[in-house]
Amino acid sequence: MKMHPVEVADLTVAYHEKPAIWDVDFHAPAGVLLAIVGPNGAGKTTLLKAILGLIQPSAGTVTIFGKPARKQMHRLAYVPQRGSVDWDFPTTVLDVVTMGLYGKLGWFRRPGKKEKQLAMLSLEKVGMAEFASRQISQLSGGQQQRVFLARALVQDADLYLMDEPFIGVDAVTEKAIVELLRELRSRGKTVVVVHHDVQTLKHYFDWVLLLNVRKIALGPAQKVLTTRNLQKTYGGRAAFLNGNA
Amino acid sequence: MLDYTLLLVLSGCLVLGAVAGTLGSFAVLRKQSLLGDAISHAALPGVAIAFLLTFSKHPAVLLLGALATGWVGTLFILLITRTTRIKHDTAMGIVLSVFFGLGLFLLTLIQRLPTASKAGLDKFLFGNASTLLRQDLQVMLALGGLTLLFVLLFWKEFKLLAFDPDFLHSLGRNTLTLDVFLTTLLVVAIVIGLQAVGVVLMSALVIAPAVAARQWTDHLGRMVALAAFFGGLGGVLGAVASSSLTNLPTGPAIVVIISLMFLASLLFSPHRGLAKDWIRQRKHRKEIHANQVLVALFMLSKSHGSRYYRHSLTSLQAVTPGSAEAGLEALKKRGLVSGSASGWKLTPKGAQEAEQAAKHIYGEAP
Repeated sequence: MKMHPVEVADLTVAYHEKPAIWDVDFHAPAGVLLAIVGPNGAGKTTLLKAILGLIQPSAGTVTIFGKPARKQMHRLAYVPQRGSVDWDFPTTVLDVVTMGLYGKLGWFRRPGKKEKQLAMLSLEKVGMAEFASRQISQLSGGQQQRVFLARALVQDADLYLMDEPFIGVDAVTEKAIVELLRELRSRGKTVVVVHHDVQTLKHYFDWVLLLNVRKIALGPAQKVLTTRNLQKTYGGRAAFLNGNA
Repeated sequence: MLDYTLLLVLSGCLVLGAVAGTLGSFAVLRKQSLLGDAISHAALPGVAIAFLLTFSKHPAVLLLGALATGWVGTLFILLITRTTRIKHDTAMGIVLSVFFGLGLFLLTLIQRLPTASKAGLDKFLFGNASTLLRQDLQVMLALGGLTLLFVLLFWKEFKLLAFDPDFLHSLGRNTLTLDVFLTTLLVVAIVIGLQAVGVVLMSALVIAPAVAARQWTDHLGRMVALAAFFGGLGGVLGAVASSSLTNLPTGPAIVVIISLMFLASLLFSPHRGLAKDWIRQRKHRKEIHANQVLVALFMLSKSHGSRYYRHSLTSLQAVTPGSAEAGLEALKKRGLVSGSASGWKLTPKGAQEAEQAAKHIYGEAP
């Protein structure tokens, strides 16, 4: 069997009694843009965090490129939700992007000229080079998201895991992010994105995992995004989606 | 009269302040300010237990005891938060009060012991820097130096642990181990200050220098250095104050001085200071008010058929909020209106600006 970038088997995560995700099997094939989609409380972020090992699952396994996730962290890059950090932290844009290289630097070594150059290159890719020395509290939401993406890009990983990168960003940033995702795909990278907007799914992503605590469907976007599947995922509330689905 | 004893006391307070400021910076940035308070109170029973076990008052022994229960208290907080539904602040409150109560109980017990060497342990409550001995300073220097060395060695890990721990985890680092390590360093920083500052007030020395330093800089390295400086300076000045006033314990003296530094930073720092905010807001409010007067003058003139119609102050006052006169004087300075007590009218430049402002407020056709 081929080694998938991510493979999740029988994964169950429960906070106290109530399961957040229940017996989910899923994999992302190499070189696809995959969206994890579902209503609020469907367990999208939980699934991503369980893949990363940030949450201990009650049952099930996660493998990354065929090996246990915790041994493969150097092959993945994680983009957390923008709101998960305090943007008033005393640091600059360039410094945050340089953090992406801390793993490669290893213990005790400080980032030097080479690391700063790599970080600058990455900032250029997201159109933020001119903000390099800016204090991070002075960024807009879209700019914050670009900085987080630049930090992941500098890691030069094979697998990218992103938590809601499109939330609260302006239209220009949204377009820039989509282009970035496509560029990653063209270089053979695999990108798994927690997403909330059903309308843009088909345009942005190749593969979709529909999730509502349990897996509803997984596969190529065209095949999976049927009215029936969406209704199963979102319940009665999917009625308004019919025209676009 | 910088004699040997005073020099020793000052050095001790310098070290404990600098170390507390450094580790306090990380505690404050990680939103764990109150953890310092819990740790220092949790250290008290350790001092008492160490004495009861050894009947020695050697600083290494007592501080080891403080370190042990301070650390166990911290571990309890972590365990309670992780395994029960009790929230972090409640867990800290429980540990703080239970350990502190136990400490006071044991200290009272020690006071009733018939040994001669029991005296002096109560200095751990409010601190007494004047009792610092050469061996105390040696222990403080050794532990404090080691703590600072570790902070430098693990600088980038601690920075990321404070800013984005989930991302640190995704780099393959064990965040739990690093968390316990950094917290242990905080315990050490607190424990070396206990004899001079006391368990009750030690947390102020952890929090205040860091918060004060944050006001002056947006750079982590500079913030930590500045917090260490504030802490060290506060320690030294507090020790001087307490040695020159009879019966003033060192802890309160240091805390008062550090609080003054904190207050000054909060008010007068260039970017984040309240004074700056206040001045900016006031200026902004004045500008808005002046613009309101300008637009009122414009609209009133237009209704009279001429942009440059002259109005009396009374008629303007009727259509403007607040004092029309103050607004007019401000506009006159900007060359937008001309006039005096006899009446006011727009200048050409003023009419232009007013028209634009009116368009902005009322849309295309005012």
